[in-house]
Amino acid sequence: MTRTFLTQNRSVFWFLLALGIFALIVTVLSDAAGNGMISTSFVKTLGKTLCLMLVAVAMDVVWGYTGILSLGHMAFFGLGGYMIGMWLMYARTEIIVTESLLAAAIPPTPQEIHDAIGTQIFGVVGSSEFPAIWIFAHSFWLQIAMVVLVPGLLALVFGWLAFRSRVTGVYLSILTQAMTLALSLYLFQNESGLRGNNGLSGLQNLPGLDDVPQATLSIAFFWASATALGLGYVLFAWVTSGKFGSVIRGIRDNESRVRFLGYHVEGYKLFVFTLTGIVAGIAGALYYPQAGIINPNEIAPIASIYLAVWVAIGGRGRLYGAALGAAFVSLLSSWFTSGAVPSVPLGFYTIQWTDWWLVLLGVSFVAVTLLAPKGIGGLFDLISTRHPTPARVGDFGPDTGARRTAEGEEEK
Amino acid sequence: MPRMFALALSLALCLLLPPSPGAAQDPGPLQTLLQSQADEVASPGRQTVASVIEALVASELPQVPDFLNRWAEREVVQDETTGLFYYDGTPPRDIDTGAPVTLDPGAELEDVRPNGGVRRVIATALVQFQLSDPDIARRTDALDSISRNPEPDQLAPLRASIEIETDPVLKARKERLAGMLAARYGATPEIRIAAIDALSDALAVDVRAVLNQILTTRSGVADRLPEDRNIARTLTPGDDLSEAEAYARLVEAGLAPARQSPDEIKAVLTDNIDDGRVGGVPIGQLASEAGRARAYAALAEAGTVPPLVTEGDIDAALAAHVFYEEYTEDDPAITEAARAALNEVETRVAMNQALDLGLDALSLASIYFLAAIGLAITFGVMGVINMAHGEFIMMGAYTGYVVQQIIPDYTLSLIVALPLAFAVTFAAGVAMERLVIRWLYHRPLETLLATFGISIALQQLAKNIFGTQARPLTSPSWLDGAWVLNDVVGIANIRIAIFLLALIFLGLILLVLNKTRLGLEVRAVTQNPGMAASMGINPDKINMLTFGLGSGIAGIAGIAIGLYAQVTSEMGANYIVQSFMTVVVGGVGNVWGTLAGATLIGGLQKGIEFFNPSNTLAAQTYMILFIILFIQFRPKGIVALKGRAAGD
Repeated sequence: MTRTFLTQNRSVFWFLLALGIFALIVTVLSDAAGNGMISTSFVKTLGKTLCLMLVAVAMDVVWGYTGILSLGHMAFFGLGGYMIGMWLMYARTEIIVTESLLAAAIPPTPQEIHDAIGTQIFGVVGSSEFPAIWIFAHSFWLQIAMVVLVPGLLALVFGWLAFRSRVTGVYLSILTQAMTLALSLYLFQNESGLRGNNGLSGLQNLPGLDDVPQATLSIAFFWASATALGLGYVLFAWVTSGKFGSVIRGIRDNESRVRFLGYHVEGYKLFVFTLTGIVAGIAGALYYPQAGIINPNEIAPIASIYLAVWVAIGGRGRLYGAALGAAFVSLLSSWFTSGAVPSVPLGFYTIQWTDWWLVLLGVSFVAVTLLAPKGIGGLFDLISTRHPTPARVGDFGPDTGARRTAEGEEEK
Repeated sequence: MPRMFALALSLALCLLLPPSPGAAQDPGPLQTLLQSQADEVASPGRQTVASVIEALVASELPQVPDFLNRWAEREVVQDETTGLFYYDGTPPRDIDTGAPVTLDPGAELEDVRPNGGVRRVIATALVQFQLSDPDIARRTDALDSISRNPEPDQLAPLRASIEIETDPVLKARKERLAGMLAARYGATPEIRIAAIDALSDALAVDVRAVLNQILTTRSGVADRLPEDRNIARTLTPGDDLSEAEAYARLVEAGLAPARQSPDEIKAVLTDNIDDGRVGGVPIGQLASEAGRARAYAALAEAGTVPPLVTEGDIDAALAAHVFYEEYTEDDPAITEAARAALNEVETRVAMNQALDLGLDALSLASIYFLAAIGLAITFGVMGVINMAHGEFIMMGAYTGYVVQQIIPDYTLSLIVALPLAFAVTFAAGVAMERLVIRWLYHRPLETLLATFGISIALQQLAKNIFGTQARPLTSPSWLDGAWVLNDVVGIANIRIAIFLLALIFLGLILLVLNKTRLGLEVRAVTQNPGMAASMGINPDKINMLTFGLGSGIAGIAGIAIGLYAQVTSEMGANYIVQSFMTVVVGGVGNVWGTLAGATLIGGLQKGIEFFNPSNTLAAQTYMILFIILFIQFRPKGIVALKGRAAGD
């Protein structure tokens, strides 16, 4: 049997197939197809969920494969959202402002239009000047480049600083948490130039596409998110397979040993950290136009912890596990918090799920960690005829929660 | 001559007329004095009242203070027919003796109603009488009134009253006020300079206000620097003030034509649209700055509008003038003395502010220490990050709140709550260790997540039980108030108490760790669990107790934090990141490390806040950035374990 990429990563085929079928079904049933079985708002929820799945897959590569528990990846996600949000707000405000200025007797100069946009956008924070970071906001392509560059650069600089001083384990987790906290606190200030705690809003209205109904837009974004997820999945499956994958799994299981074998551990970690940061940024750039609003709360430390929770519940060390975990927990969470779940009357007390959902989530999370460290992904081992986990005697290393594949298999 | 005659005639007529009952007895000296300016007394104006008061004060009559007081209080009435003044009442009373008088049945009494401005003038005049009033409250009131509203003519009566002042506190205050008044209103420059020099060893806000008052400047602009003025400093456009501001001053002084703003240009152009063109330029071309400039230039040439003020004009105008600030005080010797005194005062204020900041930082550090020390113990001994630590803090605070609901006496409830909070969180910590953490010792990252799961569950549970609104944890009254050293330095008693609590716990923990069997075993397990187990120490038990101890201290910290902040379900989450930072910066597994970390972070946060007091968010941001950089240089914290104990 030839060892091709697909035969080595059979989950890629099944995942793409399932994703494609799912996307088709949603499209057919959506408002845009005139069917109306799935409301536009639910299509948006599904589209957003796909973006969360993408960032969860990235998180799985960082945590489940490389062993870096980053509690800051939602910062990159949020930054991606901010970057696209800047263009969306600028371009849309530009259209509105130009229309109103053209009503005057004298046509506006470019400078006037620019100033008027500034007044319009920054009025809420008592300013009308464009901060320096909006310098590229007028251009769609430049700002798209920023979606990749800003999270990428932040991940690169932060990762370089952290990895070169050999901060590992829980220290690194705390440090990444500090990073996202610092970023969100910074963005909360009005002086940050991103409208403080007002955030960027009205992102669901795409400039120039006012005539296109939201139903169509939501399906378009849904497909864009599905495509991004598919591509991201293939990318990360490729990254984590082969020799590179073996090295990063080695780093996860015993960093010193890999270093003594002559690998430049910091380089590998930095690459993974930055790549996943960029993908998180792209996922955020697709997420926030569907959400419509972004504010600094979105990158508070708690968001990144939830990301880790999704991956842990889904099952670390397998990409489809992380994706399923994100979808499962986030959809379940929005179902429970929507109030649609019937209350449980206990006679003396009625359990309102909107109040008790977080308690349930917390407790079940502890239970998953303790009792089923493989998470949802572990269920697939039960139905799989092939048991790739080798019956190996002895300890793989400290992190028994994550699934092992290739190394043990190849030894046989 | 004829006037004299008329006067004599009228006087004679008066004598001939039979005396009216109201004026049965001779008018007293005050009444006579008032009658001499009856119109001004009856309807005083702000300008005219001064002469009346002057006359009254000059008369030195003993009844004057009382009269002034009643006059201001609108208790004086005038008989319309005779023009005589009485104090209001039934019956009216004589203005000199205060004795009741009987008036003509036909007498029409009219209230004398001085307006607000006049009453203020009267009050100022009254001050000098009040300054030597036998009632100490009145004297204090008078001093308050002077310091609120200092006037030059208060100086003399204030000086005079110092001599006879019996109360030492008031005397000191009077001397201070007199010094401040002398600095501003002293008769000669020598007196003023002496008074200003005397002020230089003060610290108070009002003294600084006096000095600043003397140093008040107004801005000026001229062709050349005027010789005869007391110039504070000259300003360079571009450095000291922006060029736009400088030009605006020129415009204000009438030395340059106003600059047309883009909006004004646009408005002018709009007004001059003529058949789709402005000044010959088609409207379509006005969508650029250059097009507008051409159109405006054309209009200016035609004389329709004033010529455009260009950048070059502005630069030339700025270069041709000198901008300066001059003191409103003319005498340079006085301003120099005031400047020197103010510098001295400000240096002292800055030093005291640094002291105050140090106290603040110390108090913040002790809070961080309390919040973090429990975390440091569990982290150091077990290598386990307890994300639910913040929720243990919250649990302790809610314990205090519940105790206060049961025991209404705040002191007693505090005494009960402290050990109870320790017990509750100790139990919670032990339960968590037994149920969750001990299964995860080989998976530290998963401990982090599992404890986080507990943290969100506990937080939501607290929300469900106590609601989302903040609950007060009231401190006993003896902890209210503050310890005020001087006008600048002060610290709330509650913060001192927290500092003491932190000190006590520092001592207790050191004692437990270094002097007891338990401490010995804890240290052994910290350094090498395997070896400790071989020596007959039960690491399971030690881990359990250590976790309980760490959590118990979190409960105490919860009460301390709850006393000065409010108790909410999210209060723990607010401290958890700072606690982590404290542990990471300080170094793991060492009490002194935590202390150093708390001091560094508390000091740093206050220090950054000092430079940017309005923005605590920025302070936190910069602090976290600093910590990230700090970790670069000392990845293991300030106090790092060495050798085998370091574990790597």
